[in-house]
Formats: sequence, structure tokens, C-alpha cells
Amino acid sequence: MLRDTLTVLVIDENRIRASIIEAGLREAGHDRVILVHDVNGIARKIEDLQPDVIVIDLENPNRDMLEHLFQLTRTLGRPIAMFVDRADASSIQSAIEAGVSAYIVDGLKKERVKHILDVAVSRFNAFSKLQRELADAKSALEERKVIERAKGILMKMRNIPEEEAFALLRQTAMNEKKKLADIAQSIVTAANLLM
Amino acid sequence: MTTDISDRKKATAPASVRPEGTRIVRAGFIPLVDASVLIAAGEFGFARREGITLDLAKDTSWANVRDRLAFRMFDVAHMLSPMPVASMLGLGSNPSPTIAPFALNRGGNAITVSTRLYQRMQETGGLSGDDSALANAHALAGVIAEMKARGEPLPRFGVTYPFSSHNYEFRYWLAAGGIDPDADTRLVVVPPPMTSDALAAGAIDGFCVGAPWNMVASERGVGRIVAAKQDLWPSAPEKVVGMRPNWAESNPETVSRLIVALDAAASWCDRPENRDALSEVLADQRYVGAPVDIIRRVLTGEFTIDPQGHRRVIDDYFVFHAKHANYPKPSQALWIYSQMVRWGQIAPSKAAEKAAASAYRPDLYRTALGFKDAVDDFGTEGVAENDRFIDGFTFDPAEIETYVERFPVRSHAGRSTSDDI
Repeated sequence: MLRDTLTVLVIDENRIRASIIEAGLREAGHDRVILVHDVNGIARKIEDLQPDVIVIDLENPNRDMLEHLFQLTRTLGRPIAMFVDRADASSIQSAIEAGVSAYIVDGLKKERVKHILDVAVSRFNAFSKLQRELADAKSALEERKVIERAKGILMKMRNIPEEEAFALLRQTAMNEKKKLADIAQSIVTAANLLM
Repeated sequence: MTTDISDRKKATAPASVRPEGTRIVRAGFIPLVDASVLIAAGEFGFARREGITLDLAKDTSWANVRDRLAFRMFDVAHMLSPMPVASMLGLGSNPSPTIAPFALNRGGNAITVSTRLYQRMQETGGLSGDDSALANAHALAGVIAEMKARGEPLPRFGVTYPFSSHNYEFRYWLAAGGIDPDADTRLVVVPPPMTSDALAAGAIDGFCVGAPWNMVASERGVGRIVAAKQDLWPSAPEKVVGMRPNWAESNPETVSRLIVALDAAASWCDRPENRDALSEVLADQRYVGAPVDIIRRVLTGEFTIDPQGHRRVIDDYFVFHAKHANYPKPSQALWIYSQMVRWGQIAPSKAAEKAAASAYRPDLYRTALGFKDAVDDFGTEGVAENDRFIDGFTFDPAEIETYVERFPVRSHAGRSTSDDI
């Protein structure tokens, strides 16, 4: 059984994403997953670990370095770039869109590697989604802060209660066909200039 | 017009190429000064004048550029001159047929050694400081002989991409000095932006890369430039425009118009009065994203070659158009192939020769530009007075195997034990 286990090396400078991929691969039954965040000394690591599959993100400039390494290393076969089945356009597409690349080291069954790649792709996408959500949440929080500040400025300058200040903001946004947060931002900016 | 890869997730449908109106050509590039012609064609209206919208996409590695071109995410791409040759020979991790109908430039590369190693070269080889690239190589050979005699560790040199002009140039220079790159040095892989740090830290003793990394190392006082690409073989092509042969066949009109636009852009890039405008655009984050004064000096080839401030102006450090620089000459593709044979990347055969020569397509260049000048596509290289190889060899594309065998230093099949030092 152990002999059948593939060793997967994941090279990713982004530690969180690397952990997410690792978890995904382990869930899918791949126990021998090694994470590398720093490419220093990668040649030695590859020689020691003898991975069957190397997963690396497409935005990593060290891909070129790896390709040269494959040429120089004698103990390693000549790995081929993933994209598993060249005829399978949709899987290539999804891998590139997700930003994943993988290298297959010699004589492996395509199907088993495809599974690893599929897991990596879905985990990459999950990570991007997480990042987007985090960015959205952050900007929502920022917007709320700006609106609060604008409301405070209006209340103070016009001497009106909170509800009225908010209504005024919303009405102005509707009249000018702008986002509430944008109107709030211009009030804050103007106030900073004037006060 | 430029789009970052990360923003291009949706741009996956093939470019709509209609017989009339605007044609969109998606072009991948690596942020380097030698992408100038492509960038200028997009930024200064040369593409638009030919009815082409050049959608420039910045990428991070040559492997990405190769893969994205192969999988139709790019129509054309900025490539290292050996990449289409390697692709046609089925070498590398993801070979897919690629042709080059246009070369983007000559020059731009250099070889740098650490100031420490250079001092030793001066002591052992009696260098004056203004020596030729060949004298420098001989001096290094002397240092290596001394290192071997004393049982010191061999020097380590940084290399980047296996099918790069840098790889072959570095090996050519070492070998011209009598050094066997595989047996007398340790080659380690270092990404170009890390070369000067690696040199400063003593992790490597030298490297061969493109601009501006040599200048960066010498300005920081950690390295000394010992040879420029021009010193090795002046007319060697550096970067080319690569495309899929089937895309070129289905879009002949677009290919022609693109070549016309690139030709005009290249000629514009060569004119000194345009270098300031070019530098400004290249400095932008969307393109090379480096300080404008460094780019300007790199373009003119004004080098500070050592920490003492010795200067060297390399004439024609970048040639974008002059001297038929854009002509994709099959003899040059064959020279690259000869180096692949020399260093054991491929076994020689007539079929391989044919495949290598087919990577460069002067026919497409001639058709597009109505170019009628006589050029001997398979003529002997390194004959003209101002176009010599550093070791004085000449290259006859009809006699590749004899040519390779004449090199005293080359990779020998079957010799494997000496590599494990």
C-alpha cells in the first residue's frame, strides 16, 4: 500500500494557501505531502525527497529555475509540465485559470496525477474565493467607518440628530446617483480640508 | 493597453479576428528591457496604425509564457531566441510547436563575476582591468586550475532557464577560456532578480543574465562585468516573437500586419531621440517597473563595470532594428541547435537539424515587409570582420557535427563520473 503512495511536493511562498492545498490532498488520501515555502536549497530537497509530483503556483517566478534544475539534476527523471492530458482542454483551462502548475516526474499513471491536480485546482480556487471574501469584508468595514464619520460631521455641523443625518446622506446619494460610501467619503475629505 | 494576468481570468475565448476592423492580438511578455519593441508597438500607435489592438499581458516566467502560448491564452509572445528551437525539437517540460517570424533585438546580456573572484583573476592572470572578454576567461581558467591544485571548492555560477541564450553564452565564454562548465564549475539555479543578492552573500561566484541585473550587481559593488553578449558573437539574436504555426496559418493577414507594426516600432526604438520616451514607458509598473535612469543607461549601454567606477560604454548594447536585427535567420536557429548538441541536450540528426531550422521563418518576414535584400539564410556565421565569435571559430550550418566536434570543450556522452564532483 505504502509503495503506491505518491509523494507530492508543494512549492508555494504563500503559507496559508500551501496549507489549504495540503489539507485538501490529505483529505483526498494523499499522506505524503511536503510543503516548501522558500526555494533556497530546493535542489537538495528535491533530490532527497524524490517527489512524484511537484505542484507550484503559476505566479511563482521560480518556475524557470525549477525547469533548469530538472535539466541539471541527474537523479531525477525529466519531469513534464502538468496539463495532464493535452486533449483535455477544459482541465488545462481550469488549471491555468486557477493559477496552478504541476510537474510529473516520470512513468506515472495519468489518472492518479490528474486527481492530485484536480484537488490542487479546487483548493487554489477556494483560496482565491477566501481572499476575495476577505477583501470584500474589509472594504465593507471601511465603508461603514467612513459613513459613521460623515454622519458625525453632518450631525455636528448642521446640528441634526443621527437619523436625519443618515437620511440626508442617503437622499444625496440617490440624487447624485452615487454610492452612499462615496458621498460619505467626499464629506469626510471636504471636512478635513475645511476644518 | 495592458492587462495583468490576474485580471484576465475571463479573457479566455479566442481573439475574434474578423477580416475587417480591429484585430485583437494577445501578447505575453516578461518585464525586461528587450520587450521594448512589443511594448512600443502597443504604446506608440504602431499596432493601431495596422488595425491591431495589442493586448499586452505581463507574465512571471518563461515557462508560463511557453505554456500560455501553447494553450492559446496568448496569440504571440516575447520569447528567448532558443525557445522556439527547443519547442520544435520537443525539448523541455511542455514542448508545443512554435515559430518565430520576427526577432526583437540583439544584445542586452552580460557575464558578471564577484569582485572577490575578479581580484583573484587579476592576481593569477595579471589582468589590467581593461582586458578583453577572452583574456578574462583565460584568467578564470587559471584561477580554477589553482583551485583544483589546492583542493579548494570549485566556483559556483548561477544560471536561469535551460533553453536560454544566457545558458549557451555563459558556456561558450567559459569554454573559450578552456573551462568545462560541467566539470570545472558548479552550476546552480538562481532567478535573475536574486543574482546580485546571491553574489553579495557568496552563494554564487558569477552569473550570466540580461539587463539590468549585471548593472545592478556592479553598481552595488558586488560584481564585475567580464563579458558582454557582443563580445561572444555580435549578431546573436536575443529575444524573438513566438507564435503557434497553426495560428499563423489561419491568420496570415494579422501576422503580416503585426510584423509591419513591429518593424516600425523597432526602427523607432533604435533612434536615440526616442530613447527618453521609451525609457519613461518601460519604467512604468505595467511594463518593466524599474527606475527610469537605470533603464535609460541600460539602453545606451553605459556601464559602471566595477565598484571603483570604471566605465565602459558598450556600443550597440541594444540593437532593435539596424543590421537586419529583426530578420529571423535560420542559420542562427541552427547555431543555437549546435550548442544544444554541444552540451548534450539533444543527439545530432538530420531530422533534428531540419526541425531546428524550421523554428525561424524568414518567409513570413519577407512577405509581410516586401523585404527583398539578399540574405544567405544558411550562410557561414562569424566571418565578417565585425561579427567574429570570441574564439575565432566560424559556423557553417552545413557542417554542424564537424563544427561541434571541433570544440575542445564540449559535453561527452558516456562521461558521467566526473560530473559528481
